[in-house]
Amino acid sequence: METKKSMFDELDPDIIDRVVSRRNALINTGKIGIGLALASVPVTFGLLSTKAFAKSSTPAEVLDVLNYALKLEYLENRFYVTANASSGLIPGSDAQIFTQIAKHEAAHVALLKSTITQLGGTPIAEPTFNYTKNFPDVFTNYQTFLAVSQGFEDTGVRAYKGRATELMSNKTVLTAALQIHSVEARHAAIVRRLRGQKGWITGNDRGGLPAAAQAIYDGEENLVQGTNTVGKVTVTSSEAYDEPLNATQVGAIVSLFM
Amino acid sequence: MSNILKATEQKLGVLEKVAQSGDRRTFLKFAGMSVAILTVAGCSDTTTSPTTGGTTLTNDDFGVLNYAYALEQLEAAFYTQVIGSFPAAFSTAERAIFMDIQAHEVSHRDFFKAALGTHAIGSLEPNFSSIDFTSRDNVLATARTFEDLGVSAYNGAGQLLTTPDYLVIAGKIVSVEARHASTIRDLINPKSTAFSDDMITPGGLDLARKPSEVLAAAGAYIKTTITSNLP
Repeated sequence: METKKSMFDELDPDIIDRVVSRRNALINTGKIGIGLALASVPVTFGLLSTKAFAKSSTPAEVLDVLNYALKLEYLENRFYVTANASSGLIPGSDAQIFTQIAKHEAAHVALLKSTITQLGGTPIAEPTFNYTKNFPDVFTNYQTFLAVSQGFEDTGVRAYKGRATELMSNKTVLTAALQIHSVEARHAAIVRRLRGQKGWITGNDRGGLPAAAQAIYDGEENLVQGTNTVGKVTVTSSEAYDEPLNATQVGAIVSLFM
Repeated sequence: MSNILKATEQKLGVLEKVAQSGDRRTFLKFAGMSVAILTVAGCSDTTTSPTTGGTTLTNDDFGVLNYAYALEQLEAAFYTQVIGSFPAAFSTAERAIFMDIQAHEVSHRDFFKAALGTHAIGSLEPNFSSIDFTSRDNVLATARTFEDLGVSAYNGAGQLLTTPDYLVIAGKIVSVEARHASTIRDLINPKSTAFSDDMITPGGLDLARKPSEVLAAAGAYIKTTITSNLP
């Protein structure tokens, strides 16, 4: 418990308020119990601690990855904010799923922005997105909305994965990125299930998404895992491994919405 | 202990350089040396152990990978037992999902075993005496526990790895575990916020647990004694 107290002492109140209200932070800490508090709270709040960052300079590479992630989170956040405000789009039975996803994406945006600032960088401004350019009925047709949502979540999973190694110089930031990464995968699975798809990706199957979305799934069919440093292994299931996307590949996907 | 860690880091730094040079044989020779040095320094045993004996996780990249291998062994054994005799209340759709997940976990297990080669720990003996495999509720709840635990384990272990390639493979696996967790949670509480509720994703972040915490929780399901030198 002492560890937790010292972490609280280092917090910058303004930043906490942006991510989660002070009261909620304390309530949640009480609610989640000792095991989870030890595991998640120091990591979560460590990311927001000014002192923790002041000690070392941040490689430009880390800031670049964080702004890259921020752009994707902006893309997702604005998408769900718009969808949740579009009356008649999301059936009542599914509404709480998208309220929950939207809450996470908003938290990711806030966390990335505050982290970039604390690391001495400048968060990119939110771009102007054009969701209807290639998907004209995305905010009036629920099936189109679900398809684009699946595409965003599956892209997010692959994008974070593709640049994780560039964060290895900062263990706190790396861990936070991994914690976001697996939440995106949880989102992807639930949205896929709403579309009648499996929660995981089979081969490079785009699951009924338009042909323009194939880039999101290209490479997922890979069956050779590992490298010479760990041992190269031909595996029996491509479903069991999500594959990374590099910045160029992700940029091409994002451009469909710019 | 910190000296040992420092020595390990330096050694791994050398390994990376050797690995990057592309000389696999030299790399393997260095890898063997590294483990030998660690064994002496840490007084640990990296040799394959019989299921009835104990096994040790070293505080280095091989230890982290073996830690993942241990968890994958546990998951694979669980799902293999489930699909061998499904709870009567499992629907056709649920059976298909569990067949898929079993195949994934077996693939993860077999990958680590093959990739680690001579560095791999032995086969662990599970202890599933507390699980009622005839109960849909109990099987789903156990699956949820294992998947959430697995996600938090990979999330917490990422920062312990020093070799980028190892982080990449861990990243490829953890998101599939998260897809499993979300799916199992949706089977338990359909169309709710359970897939990613506020207990597991406070502030939009999934949990990250230390190996010591994960092994303490997983230990209830493993008969083999695991001695961990990981944090």
